[in-house]
Amino acid sequence: MVEWTDFERATIQSIFSKMDYDDVGPAVLSRCLVVYPWTQRYFGNFGNLYNAAAIQGNPMVAAHGKTVLHGLDRAVKNMDDIKATYEELSVLHSEKLHVDPDNFRLLADCLTIVVAARMGVDFTADVQGAFQKFLAVVVSSLGRQYH
Amino acid sequence: KMSLSAKEKVIVKDFFAKVSSRSDEVGAEALARLIVVYPQTKSYFAHWKDLSPNGAPVRKHGITIMGGLYEAVSKIDDLAGGLLTLSELHAFVLRVDPVNFKILSHCIMVVLSMLFAEEFTPQIHVAVDKFLALVALALSEKYR
Repeated sequence: MVEWTDFERATIQSIFSKMDYDDVGPAVLSRCLVVYPWTQRYFGNFGNLYNAAAIQGNPMVAAHGKTVLHGLDRAVKNMDDIKATYEELSVLHSEKLHVDPDNFRLLADCLTIVVAARMGVDFTADVQGAFQKFLAVVVSSLGRQYH
Repeated sequence: KMSLSAKEKVIVKDFFAKVSSRSDEVGAEALARLIVVYPQTKSYFAHWKDLSPNGAPVRKHGITIMGGLYEAVSKIDDLAGGLLTLSELHAFVLRVDPVNFKILSHCIMVVLSMLFAEEFTPQIHVAVDKFLALVALALSEKYR
């Protein structure tokens, strides 16, 4: 089981309680699609993804970004058993969506970059450490049911 | 082989010019972050008396690394050739495992995102990410 310090718990709760999902969700997914263009392979039916401007203005990308970000809520509320919390979602991503689990890591890196931008100097090294530890557990849990 | 387009080279040069007034801060902060968030990287600095993230040795070395990056920007048209000396240094003396180039690049970009939030757009992010990956490749050219 993952051990969380009080600082780590407080940091994660604080970041997500202050997060503007309508802003961060679209920003994260669109950044991922621009910085790692091969991730566009999963969004063939999203319409125009031809360039960065199109991606950032695409309403389906924005909507899906919010969905994905809210997907983290359950982990935030169940930090002591993220593995079990994401068992079903892991199966879904493997069996139905067929998403290469390395993409979870890429999206997590983009989320770190976006949160850093929003928080500025408040995103200290210790805060970054806590945030990345949380995301690493999420990423690992989402990849766990692949076979 | 991955390479930077003419447009991306301009993006990288312009962005690093913009950052230059705070480049020391970026370098120091990125290295501090590296050793805090990825403590295993401290293994390369075991010979330092002071390994505190905000201590003088870490700050100084972060500035040195950033200087190397600016040298790379100036040699952006031929990174392998231009970084030959640094490449030999990393291969034969420092022998830093190349996985660490990736994580340092990530830390640098996190700091850039923090200090230059508006400027570090996705388009600039992808060009800088590619540039840092190419620098890492040039630095590990002589490893084997």
